[in-house]
Amino acid sequence: MKRYEDVTVDSVECIAPDIYDMHVITDMAAVVVPGQFAMLYTGDASRMLGRPISICECSEGGLRFVFRVTGGGTRDLAAFKGGDKIKILGPLGNGYDIKAMKGREVMLMGGGIGIPPMLELAKRLSASGIKVRAVMGYRDSNLFLKSDFERVCETHVATEDGSAGTKGNVLDAVREKSLFFDVICACGPMPMLRAIKSYAAGNGITAYISLEERMACGVGACLGCVCKTARKDAHSHVNNARVCTEGPVFEAASVDI
Amino acid sequence: MNMTVNIAGVEFKNPVTTASGTFGSGMEYSEFVDLNKLGAVTTKGVASVPWPGNPVPRVTEVYGGMLNAIGLQNPGIDVFIERDIPFLKKFDTKIIVNVCGKTVEEYLDVVEKLANTSVDMLEINVSCPNVKEGAIAFGQDAACLEDITSRIKRIARQPVIMKLSPNVTRIADMARAAEAGGADAISLINTITGMKIDIERRKFVLANKTGGMSGPAIKPIAVRMVYEASHAVKIPVIGMGGISNAEDAIEFMMAGASMIAVGAANFVNPHATSEIVDGIEQYLIKHNIKDVSEIVGCVD
Repeated sequence: MKRYEDVTVDSVECIAPDIYDMHVITDMAAVVVPGQFAMLYTGDASRMLGRPISICECSEGGLRFVFRVTGGGTRDLAAFKGGDKIKILGPLGNGYDIKAMKGREVMLMGGGIGIPPMLELAKRLSASGIKVRAVMGYRDSNLFLKSDFERVCETHVATEDGSAGTKGNVLDAVREKSLFFDVICACGPMPMLRAIKSYAAGNGITAYISLEERMACGVGACLGCVCKTARKDAHSHVNNARVCTEGPVFEAASVDI
Repeated sequence: MNMTVNIAGVEFKNPVTTASGTFGSGMEYSEFVDLNKLGAVTTKGVASVPWPGNPVPRVTEVYGGMLNAIGLQNPGIDVFIERDIPFLKKFDTKIIVNVCGKTVEEYLDVVEKLANTSVDMLEINVSCPNVKEGAIAFGQDAACLEDITSRIKRIARQPVIMKLSPNVTRIADMARAAEAGGADAISLINTITGMKIDIERRKFVLANKTGGMSGPAIKPIAVRMVYEASHAVKIPVIGMGGISNAEDAIEFMMAGASMIAVGAANFVNPHATSEIVDGIEQYLIKHNIKDVSEIVGCVD
């Protein structure tokens, strides 16, 4: 059940250049599916829309959001302090279907600010007894959340500048380390997701990818955040699925990206 | 205290509805808002066949508002009749169906298909700025507007609201044209055409280049146009454009709107419509006003 509520910020911390780690106090965590997101509102009417931020981690009584400052709205979010009230709308979107991964070997692939939502997924998969590993792609040696992943599963790193792990992207790391798996769960920039879609198709494995799109409502009403789909879905009756509602997680083969 | 409003013989339990395109057909927001509480739900525009809409990005924020260029994506009238009307009929609220088309014939086709349904009113969208193939031409030329209004009125079984574009030189002329064509009411404003450029990428932010602006920043323009339009015609005016709270809604009513619609504010606060109903009621109680119609156009 989605909720729109005022919650208390527990803490906000800068954990890498432009990357912020926000904890909020809410019992919404109890109903969150990994891969879901929430809208965070700055409270400033001049920046009226919510910012869709993926849920990084759930704890008893709280949610963790790790986001990148990319403009004025996210800069305002980064300026919140412990004790402040913030309006949030969530949990939104479908999230990853953990049951569908039972008995399979899962590789999580996160690129940049697509890394955070993989953390809660890693924890839930691991808790469900599903074999899970992670490969994370960073720009440079600011390896945010790496130690969090290492506490949960085997974790590999790729960096664009070669300053840590494999030089290159997540798929370069997969090849270099000869990693084998039969399901991919991925979130990251579009070029990475396109490469993963093609890798999955070429290797006959399933990839679930989490898409990002500009949104207004976050609940499926405005039709702002659609992506092209192979099939006509029941809602739109055209080949457009709503990233906020039918997504953000899609089977890679089902979307035209 | 009386909150009911009567427009063209349709009685609404209060003057609050939703602005087309911001509320789907009510389903998504029914998780947050008791639809029974609203005067009416005005649905997303529906055409004779499914429309895919524009490429993404379709939305972006601007100072105090947003731009959208959805391009009237909709599943077509057949799906709408089969799925959305039965959903809305479960609630004790009126249904205003927003109708869009690219040609007069397409509008007429939708209006005809709605004739035997139990929807309460039609709102004819002749003002979408994001569809190239026509549509807005009907809303920017007074003679065209009068013509399409009268052709729709000839076959419509429900009262007809013509939704006007603010992207015109004289809104009063357009209001008069709709009235002359036989419209039962007019609604305004639709969004104001805008543009945003990403200076780092040297590209338009929206794939459609331009988009319709909505949100609190357009409110003063909308209030002025509602005032001008309501003074130009005798038919009722439904006011919208940047209404975020009850104070905004009351301002529109004082400018001349008999009813108001809440649009982009739904995206900021999914409870906005319901809070506005409560807020208007509280205002009436506080000022000892017996009937909501007393404030309509009261600033003359």
